[in-house]
Amino acid sequence: MHALSGVSLAIEQGEFFGLLGPNGAGKTTLINVIAGLARADAGSVTVLGADVAVDYRRARRMLGVVPQELVFDPFFTVRETLRIQSGYFGIRGNDVWIDEVMHHLDLTAKADANMRSLSGGMKRRVLIAQALVHKPPVIVLDEPTAGVDVELRQGLWQFVRRLNRDGHTIVLTTHYLEEAEVHCSRIAMLKAGRLVALDSTRNLLASVSGSRITAHVMARDGSRHTFQIDGYAQLERELARLRQQGVEIADIELERPDLEQVFLRLTS
Amino acid sequence: MISFWTLFSKELLRFLKVSVQTVAAPVLTSLLYLVIFGQALEGRMQVFDGVRYTAFLVPGLVMMSVLQNSFANSSSSLIQSKITGNIVFILLAPISYAEFFLAYVAASVVRGLAVGAGVLVFTAAFVELRLEAPLWTLAFAFLGAALLGALGLLAGIVSEKIDQLAAFQNFVILPLTMLSGVFYSIHSLPGLWRGLSHANPFFYMIDGFRYGFFGASDVPPGVSLGIVVLSFLMVAGLCLGLLKSGYKLRS
Repeated sequence: MHALSGVSLAIEQGEFFGLLGPNGAGKTTLINVIAGLARADAGSVTVLGADVAVDYRRARRMLGVVPQELVFDPFFTVRETLRIQSGYFGIRGNDVWIDEVMHHLDLTAKADANMRSLSGGMKRRVLIAQALVHKPPVIVLDEPTAGVDVELRQGLWQFVRRLNRDGHTIVLTTHYLEEAEVHCSRIAMLKAGRLVALDSTRNLLASVSGSRITAHVMARDGSRHTFQIDGYAQLERELARLRQQGVEIADIELERPDLEQVFLRLTS
Repeated sequence: MISFWTLFSKELLRFLKVSVQTVAAPVLTSLLYLVIFGQALEGRMQVFDGVRYTAFLVPGLVMMSVLQNSFANSSSSLIQSKITGNIVFILLAPISYAEFFLAYVAASVVRGLAVGAGVLVFTAAFVELRLEAPLWTLAFAFLGAALLGALGLLAGIVSEKIDQLAAFQNFVILPLTMLSGVFYSIHSLPGLWRGLSHANPFFYMIDGFRYGFFGASDVPPGVSLGIVVLSFLMVAGLCLGLLKSGYKLRS
């Protein structure tokens, strides 16, 4: 029994890449192999040309990983935590960057608070800050918004998008499909350790129903009319046709293909 | 190098932030041993000529606290990091397994020596001590702390739960230190027990350390030093091998 089997993919530099799949699909295992936390029985992973097993020091310097579990060292404050993490990566005197990261993650007010005293959302921010102390070209976010409130989620995505614009490659796993749909330009889907889809988000969405829009029209007499259109321009024509048939329109619902449909089709 | 220094200083900070528990408490425990055993046995036991029992007892107590605290430092730090999961921050960083080993062991040596020095300073107030060969004392304190720091790291790597580590501490480390001749000279033991004591590596550390104070020991200090160095190399080799393989640290 293998957690992953025959997974082969290349993530381009500068990409915002999504890794999706149901629980137990092997997303975290794949990330752990990339990060050197788990070892693959066979095969290899390279980060910007550095093999994660052979050239592990170079590979790890290029990676910033935000782990899924909310872990922290209760002995230290936020600033101490970030200084220590910088030191692990061979960086001294990193306070200017640490201050900047704390500012973007809204942590400045908590800089001297002990990790133990922080709320879950705050701890999550520190985890993200820890992954960024060494300005890694590749940032791996394993379920970064699990258990995070809406406000932080917005701020977090703004910051991650900025990092992506600045040239950082982002690899994201998430349960929230709409997050992947909004942010990721390309997506891989895993199921039971195997790669079941690897394509641009747009192509994956188009694959569900040829990117067609489904319209549900509710009439005043309670009847329901469902039809598919290729674009919004077609909508008026279809509605006119219904009116001609004597249908009095009470309500319209439009359903665009979303990743959930792709996901369900590929993983169920 | 910066990675090593950071991990080392993090380990120092970790025990210094709770120094009442990690330094002051073990110093107090040793002083209690001195008061109780000194009071009970003073005048009834003579180990070396011209050395009072309490004076004989002090170096043993100092070394016992060095050893126990060196072990406690690396083992508890590692098991806590494993259980809480924050070990991931070290595992994600470009820290080599040799740096990992050296940082944990060096911090354990500092804690062991800090507690040992504390015990020595306080007991010196009550007991008159000579220091015949201070270099031997330093060498045994340092190597003993390093050996137990490495042993603590080994126990921390292998253990998955606190109770496994506690079992190792209570059923291996504690009996070996208590039966190593801290409270008596093994010459006073019957044949079988004396023989068994020679199989206890802790005995050589205590005996060699004590030689530095009195210039007298059960075993020549050079032999003891050789055994301690050899034990350290064996444990260090095992630790490095496990760290390199990622045993129970990386899946």
